[in-house]
Amino acid sequence: MSRSVRRFLSPLAAGVALMALASAYTFVRPAGVAAATGPMDDESIAHVLDRIGYGARPGDIERVRQAGVLNYIDQQLHPGKINDSALAARLSQLNTINLSTADIAREYFLPAEEERRRQKQGQAQTDPNDPAAPKVQPGGPIMKERQVIAELDEQKILRATYSERQLEQVLTDFWFNHFNVFAGKGPERIMLTEYERDTIRPHVLGSFRDLLGATAHSPAMLFYLDNWMSTDPNGPHMTMADEMRQRNRGRLFGVGRPGFPVMPPPQKQQNAQNKRPTGLNENYGRELMELHTLGVDGGYTQKDVVEVARCFTGWTIAQPRQGGGFRFDPRMHDDGEKHVLGHTIKAGGGEKDGEQVLDILANHPSTAKFISTKLARRFVGDNPSPELVDRVAKRFLETHGDLREVVRTIVESPEFFSPGAYRAKVKSPFEFMVSALRSTGADIQGPVGLIRSLQQLGMPLYQVQPPTGYGDVAETWVNTGALVNRMNFALALVQNKVQGVRVDLPADEMNAARDRLVQSALQGNASDATVATLQKAKDVTQLTALVLGAPEFQRK
Amino acid sequence: MVSRRVFIRNGGLALVSLGFAPSFLTRTVQAAGTARQKVLVAIFQRGAVDGLNMVVPYGERAYYASRPTIAIPRPGSGDLSALDLDGYFAFHPRLAPLQKLFARHELAIVHACGSPDSTRSHFDAQDYMESATPGMKGTTDGWLNRYLQTKHEQEHSNFRAVSLTQQLPRSLQGHAPALAMNQIGQFGIRGDNALSSSFESEYAAAADAVLGGTGREAFDAIKTLKAAGAQQSQPANGAEYPRSPFGQALLQIGQLIKSNLGLEIAFTELGGWDNHVNEGASTGQLATRLDDFGRGLAALVTDLGDRMADVVILTMSEFGRAVAENGNRGTDHGHGNAMMAIGGAVRGGKVYGRWPGLAVEQRYDHRDLAVTTDFRDVFAEVVVRHLGVSDPAPIFPGHEIRAANFPGLLA
Repeated sequence: MSRSVRRFLSPLAAGVALMALASAYTFVRPAGVAAATGPMDDESIAHVLDRIGYGARPGDIERVRQAGVLNYIDQQLHPGKINDSALAARLSQLNTINLSTADIAREYFLPAEEERRRQKQGQAQTDPNDPAAPKVQPGGPIMKERQVIAELDEQKILRATYSERQLEQVLTDFWFNHFNVFAGKGPERIMLTEYERDTIRPHVLGSFRDLLGATAHSPAMLFYLDNWMSTDPNGPHMTMADEMRQRNRGRLFGVGRPGFPVMPPPQKQQNAQNKRPTGLNENYGRELMELHTLGVDGGYTQKDVVEVARCFTGWTIAQPRQGGGFRFDPRMHDDGEKHVLGHTIKAGGGEKDGEQVLDILANHPSTAKFISTKLARRFVGDNPSPELVDRVAKRFLETHGDLREVVRTIVESPEFFSPGAYRAKVKSPFEFMVSALRSTGADIQGPVGLIRSLQQLGMPLYQVQPPTGYGDVAETWVNTGALVNRMNFALALVQNKVQGVRVDLPADEMNAARDRLVQSALQGNASDATVATLQKAKDVTQLTALVLGAPEFQRK
Repeated sequence: MVSRRVFIRNGGLALVSLGFAPSFLTRTVQAAGTARQKVLVAIFQRGAVDGLNMVVPYGERAYYASRPTIAIPRPGSGDLSALDLDGYFAFHPRLAPLQKLFARHELAIVHACGSPDSTRSHFDAQDYMESATPGMKGTTDGWLNRYLQTKHEQEHSNFRAVSLTQQLPRSLQGHAPALAMNQIGQFGIRGDNALSSSFESEYAAAADAVLGGTGREAFDAIKTLKAAGAQQSQPANGAEYPRSPFGQALLQIGQLIKSNLGLEIAFTELGGWDNHVNEGASTGQLATRLDDFGRGLAALVTDLGDRMADVVILTMSEFGRAVAENGNRGTDHGHGNAMMAIGGAVRGGKVYGRWPGLAVEQRYDHRDLAVTTDFRDVFAEVVVRHLGVSDPAPIFPGHEIRAANFPGLLA
């Protein structure tokens, strides 16, 4: 066994040394003293790269050591100041990622809808044996429409793999998942490009209230959680949304592929005798409190759900199929008095009712605790300590939800730099894939193979049906089939069998290659069994596959 | 965090790793010992099948009045007429293979069955059916997984719950282990065996409780499959599975059941039911899908032969379709639907549930078949009377389970 491998096989010693470093930094460094650089050892640096980013590329550990860990963290907290031109060059190849939803609707969605409708009408005669799938001509409008989601997937993979603004990518993923919407629901898929780019990304290190407000106004969320159809149950309202539904009777969206559902008619009361036109939809009101702000145990009642839903009546979308934006429709709005979480919202507030609700929720102690817990779980461990959560929640409240300060509190905490946090998290399939791409210096030329692989790994992008998003604990991701698929992905990647991806492994001598990989990909931490297995590898290709498929690489 | 599941799994592995036998052999032997293992095969018809053309209420005048171009002709009115079941209901003509099972009292139908929730969104309705919590979007696990969580007798089997799909369906997601595999023949490490052994040795000795345990499970499962030769098993009794993806998924479920791997829950799905345009009647789009569906299910029953005494096949779809056809000779999203149960213990040959009628005033929202049986009561009956759960309450949170509400499909 080489010396360097043996050095990394002593986690206990490293842990003790690290504890000393971490506590020295935490308790000695006065706030704002630039001279403090934080821990300097490889393991801590790799930990930082794994948690506030998608893992180390060759050379990253040395680069962060040069900059100083705390300086690196501070840079990551100010992504606007980081040069990201290499990524920009790659993104410039993508045609749709800068388009508005309206442009995507006009140029991609509506032509494809027309084509699907045309095919459906001619289908019974032409192909009775294959009723489910529309014919996709290469270069035809349906194929062209698929480019929108494929490019959205691709930009996400490219940013995670190549961006120097790693924390921004991690947080965009985190907040998209927190405010999850689902590409498979009707025309939702044409709204996602704008949603991620304009609604989520600009706010991830800004104010929580701004982020919450942006999602509340976004067509993507209004459509996904049905608020765009929610109308005052007592009003004799005939809205544009109703008119549209009546005109089209459910044929509007998706032309009947499962998973691309048809627009549902407005929810009606179960008692058909009751002819009262009821259009209140509680979906958004409930998820807003349960999932976006207070948390399920955050102290709201069913009555609050109804009252919040009343406040948001009239928050709708101008023309969803044409990619229209937010519109407040006073004809749909319930303008009576409401009572939300002990606050009275006076009658006649109109559009402002919803804003008042967002103000109440964004500054609520339950929200501070819920958001702090989720962020601490993302960055520190599956079960963050109550002390850490309390400290972060306090910071949330005193800064009125300044997310940069909230994240800083977490990633500069002694808990973050504690031995118990190192390798405590299991990577999600996306994190696994991207960290494998980064550690092998892979060149991504096209997204197809990676998109397919993510499906096999159980994490198709933008395809989470429930508003809860993906889970962020080990149990979500550890299952037999998925683990076998990770090993198969590792193999396919190094053998250049993943379509559109090229890996050129350095042809160094085996011992050197092993040391390099153990250090850069496994944070210098490989078990005896893994080291023994690696020693039997025939060549660098096998060696790399065995590293990427090893249990140690599944952790971060 | 070490979950209870991980603890039990590692406890079991600790016992077998004392050196008596490879754990995969132990598991196979244990599984084979439980000859009376009850199995549930759950089939999801994604996209909302038209239950009124699948199980035709030909005794309803309103059925024919509402469907001028897509109604199935009454039984006895020619080659393409419906296949009579009980004098009031009839199968679609392409479901002849299932009519035989009905006649043998091995197949039962629950009609006018569905969700108390009014949604007509595929997305929401599938979610509600698979979580078995209509109206509750926050439920994190599926009903079949919650079933697995309630019983521990079969936890030694790594093939206790298998979905023949790319991803684990919502129904099987949750804390209890469940496998998803598209092709059982492809479950394993691609490439040479030496490399597979290398990966295995990395996980075999891993101190990492979660990943090591799951890795060992995975390699055990790979070996179990190989040792059992499941994918080599040929259909028995002259069963002919359709070549479609659905037929091939059922063929593999048959292979897993016959290989005595301790399988308790199998799942698969088939789409193509969302016929808003040109649905067809006795022939056409729906007929093609039903042909695949019926022949596949009948092949599985034939293949399993006597084993069907311990198997129940349950079919489901998120909601039904509107009673009246639309302007495009198709049907829009509706409400109540029909479910089927097939098995030796099923009290077949009968259409269960209270029929609400199809006259306009009898319809849900004046347009759809009303729901008179909550789908959860069908699920619950299978869980209690077939799978032997004594307390189904944790599987169906928010829904009171009373035997009086069971449709009575099972003795």
